[in-house]
Amino acid sequence: MNAPVITARGLTKRYGTATAVDAVDFDVAKGEIFGLLGPNGAGKTTTILMMLGLTEVTAGTIEVLGHDPVRDPLAVKRRVGYLPDQVGFYDTLTAEDNLAYSARLMGIAPRECGARIDEALARVRLADVARKKVRTFSRGMRQRLGLAEIVMKRAEIAILDEPTSGLDPQATIEFLEMIESLKRVGVSVLLSSHMLDQVQRVCDRVALFQRGRIVLMGPVAALARQVLGAGFVVEVEADSATDLDARLGAIPGVSSVKRVGGDRYRLIADRDVRPDAARAVVAANGALRRLSVDDPSLETIYSRFFQQQTSPGEGARDAA
Amino acid sequence: MRREGSPWQGVGTVFVKELSDHVSSIRMVVLELLTFIVGCVVVYFSIAYIRDNVPEDPFVLLKLFTSSQSTVVSLLGILSFLIPLMAIALGFDAINGEHNRRTMSRILSQPIYRDALLMGKFLAGLATLGICLVCLWLLVVGLGIYFLGIPPSPEEVARSLTFLVITLAYAGTWLAFAIFLSIVTRSAATAVLVALGVWLFLTLLWPLIAPGIAATIAPPDPRYTLLGLQTPETFEWAQMLRRVSPSYLFVEAATTLLSPDTRALGAVFVEQLQGAVPGAPLPLSESLAIVWPQAVALIGGVFVLFVGGYVVFQRQEVRA
Repeated sequence: MNAPVITARGLTKRYGTATAVDAVDFDVAKGEIFGLLGPNGAGKTTTILMMLGLTEVTAGTIEVLGHDPVRDPLAVKRRVGYLPDQVGFYDTLTAEDNLAYSARLMGIAPRECGARIDEALARVRLADVARKKVRTFSRGMRQRLGLAEIVMKRAEIAILDEPTSGLDPQATIEFLEMIESLKRVGVSVLLSSHMLDQVQRVCDRVALFQRGRIVLMGPVAALARQVLGAGFVVEVEADSATDLDARLGAIPGVSSVKRVGGDRYRLIADRDVRPDAARAVVAANGALRRLSVDDPSLETIYSRFFQQQTSPGEGARDAA
Repeated sequence: MRREGSPWQGVGTVFVKELSDHVSSIRMVVLELLTFIVGCVVVYFSIAYIRDNVPEDPFVLLKLFTSSQSTVVSLLGILSFLIPLMAIALGFDAINGEHNRRTMSRILSQPIYRDALLMGKFLAGLATLGICLVCLWLLVVGLGIYFLGIPPSPEEVARSLTFLVITLAYAGTWLAFAIFLSIVTRSAATAVLVALGVWLFLTLLWPLIAPGIAATIAPPDPRYTLLGLQTPETFEWAQMLRRVSPSYLFVEAATTLLSPDTRALGAVFVEQLQGAVPGAPLPLSESLAIVWPQAVALIGGVFVLFVGGYVVFQRQEVRA
């Protein structure tokens, strides 16, 4: 892992007696895409605002590119780009003028402005609407304009808060591609989201927030092993089979068989045991209705993890 | 803990952007037209009045601002009424507008402090009001010279310029109040309703209520009442209470500056007038000495309201 660009230690934010972020520790390495996941109100946005010095830190430390955002927010904000949740622009100005205003606030030299704005708009494919008023822009275009601002800033870290919420599937895919292109030019990306499948596609590492704490952190594959247990989850649905539990349990590599209602079974195995499971159903004179294998998706990790939190007994068996 | 970097960074950028927004906004165009038309009409009537009724006066030009017929209010009266309206129109959505457009967190993630945003907006509003007032001043003086055919004396110019400064302080008080409301309320509609409510209360109702309150605090002495005179204590209380309203302070100060024969504001005893030549003008320095408290109160009001808003704004959450 490269040297971290963001380091948080014991980062805490309290509003009165309510704790929004509770002693969070994490590092973001240079050039990685780091995902902050969790339900709404879990403390993701508050964590982001503390990184930018936009809200005060109650306790703990945070360092961004070697600067303390509490003491020297301007140095941090010069080098970090931020795309807020549901970003807004001045509707009566054109896309270009909106960026020109930000550029002046960033302190970009006036003669450089034009070129950098054009380049940024081209990067997010908004060059043809550069002179249109932002009032006419769709949600996805506004989001892309926000990304253009970060590109124009030549930020070393891009912090994106719920960048894909409210976008249609096509716009989401395009936007995620743009995030990956940021990574290719060496920008570290910090992404917060509750859209798990998207995060899984682009993130190198994720941190799972729950009630202000990070409950899980690491690459998606490692989390899958940790939460779901090693290997594959195969689901089998078959009618009128006799003694299927035992037959499925006897397949080499299967570590557990669990009946999940009706004629459905969930197998946990260290390899893809679908062919063997199919044979077992046939051998038991069953009618095979469904046979599927779960990819270790964040969705599953997420829901399984919270399941475990609420009913530890059952969860432990599942994860075994 | 000391923060690093200058709070002034970005003030100029915000100022230029806000000024151009104000100057091109519909609401400002409407208000400017209103001021222009009202200015022309009122000056036209005062010129007619002065021609017919003021045979010889060393300060004819200043009469343009204060003279009034029974049918038309003086320019001063109109200004004391219209300026708050303009200031409120410029300031009521300064901060909550940024929240509602969701531009606040994006702008504050640029390398500027909040100070710059607030200061830039306030100065831009003040500059817009200043431009309007200077235009109106030039219009009145120009029309006066043209139709009356008398060049202004240096003292008249000095007095009317001082009047301009006082008018700007009056406008600044209302602007700071409107911006303060835009900080403490999240909806622009609430801010504008509260501002207009306070404005109507202070300009229309308060002058009627104040004597009543004064009479309860310092009940009139029956001996004075029998003689058909006002009790000095009651009168003083009533005047002090009326001075809570900025428009009363403004009219007092402006009248003193524009009518050089004003010797005192408030109750004057007969013995104090001994030796005074009735109708003889005071020098500018004496007039200034009379209005000094009013001027300080108006300028102080600007600072108090601005600082109040500043403190609230610094502690406010960025999140909408």
